[in-house]
Amino acid sequence: MEKSTYYNPADLAKFGNITEWQPEMGRKFFEYYAEVFKDGALTEREKALIALAVAHAVQCPYCIDAYTSDSLQKGADEAQMMEAVHVAAAIKGGAALVHGVQMMNKAKELSM
Amino acid sequence: MKSLHAQQHPLADTDYQLAVLNQAEATGAHLPAFATRLRETGLLPLRPTSISVMQINVGKMCNQTCRHCHVDAGPDRTEIMTRETMQQCLDALAQSDIAVVDLTGGAPEMNPDFRWLVEQISALGRQTIVRCNLTIIVANPKYHDLPSFFAQHRVHVVSSLPHFSAVRTDAQRGAGVFERSIRALRMLNEVGYGVEGSGLLLDLVYNPAGAFLPGSQASLERDFKQRLLREHGVVFNSLLTITNLPVSRFLDYLLESGNYTAYMEKLIAAYNPAAAANVMCRSTLSIGWDGQLYDCDFNQMLDLLVEAGAPRHIRDFDLAALSQRAIVINQHCYGCTAGAGSSCGGATVS
Repeated sequence: MEKSTYYNPADLAKFGNITEWQPEMGRKFFEYYAEVFKDGALTEREKALIALAVAHAVQCPYCIDAYTSDSLQKGADEAQMMEAVHVAAAIKGGAALVHGVQMMNKAKELSM
Repeated sequence: MKSLHAQQHPLADTDYQLAVLNQAEATGAHLPAFATRLRETGLLPLRPTSISVMQINVGKMCNQTCRHCHVDAGPDRTEIMTRETMQQCLDALAQSDIAVVDLTGGAPEMNPDFRWLVEQISALGRQTIVRCNLTIIVANPKYHDLPSFFAQHRVHVVSSLPHFSAVRTDAQRGAGVFERSIRALRMLNEVGYGVEGSGLLLDLVYNPAGAFLPGSQASLERDFKQRLLREHGVVFNSLLTITNLPVSRFLDYLLESGNYTAYMEKLIAAYNPAAAANVMCRSTLSIGWDGQLYDCDFNQMLDLLVEAGAPRHIRDFDLAALSQRAIVINQHCYGCTAGAGSSCGGATVS
């Protein structure tokens, strides 16, 4: 029996199977997805690095595996990949910290 | 780092390599036979279109020991082509209309008769390509004039540079290789190589430093051109993307790193019928250091000679007979048919 876990690396390859239960929406999603990652105003490598950063921000293990491979394949190096992760970390950290202003506002509102 | 040959590694035995490539059950994966895919594509038996390139491997001796090398080349390899065998290649060339001679190795320049061979090819009015590893140019003062020698004979220089970052290049090719490669590229640029309008062609070869496929050739070329110019003042003509085939030291790397099955699955999933139709073995004849004939340099390193019945040594060269041969295929061939395809000239499908 397959080991029970929330995240199984083998499931990444089965992503396409989501079309089985809703073919129309699934097909449209994958068409859109393929279009998004084509060379355009941004290069394929830049898009892979953005995806890598977002993967870390949303903490999706499938996406981290997929876009680490994809970034390497598109020619990114270690420094670029780690800088992308730092962008995600800065935004995540900044997003938490900027709410400190809300906290300060509320505290001031409630305080003498 | 020693060659697999010097280490007496099991993978130095080509029968063992072929056994690994053909024993899917040992890896627990189902890896369909390449012949089956080719039959489905309507290309079996695979035959030459026309033989337009003679690729001569002048020896396994090299100043580098790259981790991905399918030749298992290195300083400890002594197998090199003699002038007598080179003469047999030239005799074959003279009786054919093959326009291009592609010299590879090892580091072909380390063969003591390398310059003589280039001069003879020039005298026959044929184009020479040299697969230069760059660092050989700065390895010893006796090689410092190679750029001007190449320019004198209008040699088309094709050089490996797996990445525009030192970390990724050195990971594959050895410590300090990036810095020495940049020095050599500047020397080539100085005599006009890669410079617009000079007519001296300098192409770079990108192959992945790991268990993944190359990305888009056009996209990577843009990045390489921008970064090499901006950071090192280096120019070149085209970037050729080449997929690593599971042969010799790259096969060893795949097995040692636990990436073998996933890499083969990746190649198989990316099988492209258009790339299969354009494989380089359909237009190339590969000659080993000892004069034996092969369908490509990868088959050569797996000791897979051209099919029985076709001439198997350059002294018996017969273009008509070789043009009708069935090309020998095996599981490693998936490397040339994945994605945009792969050949010594880069991607085969635009």
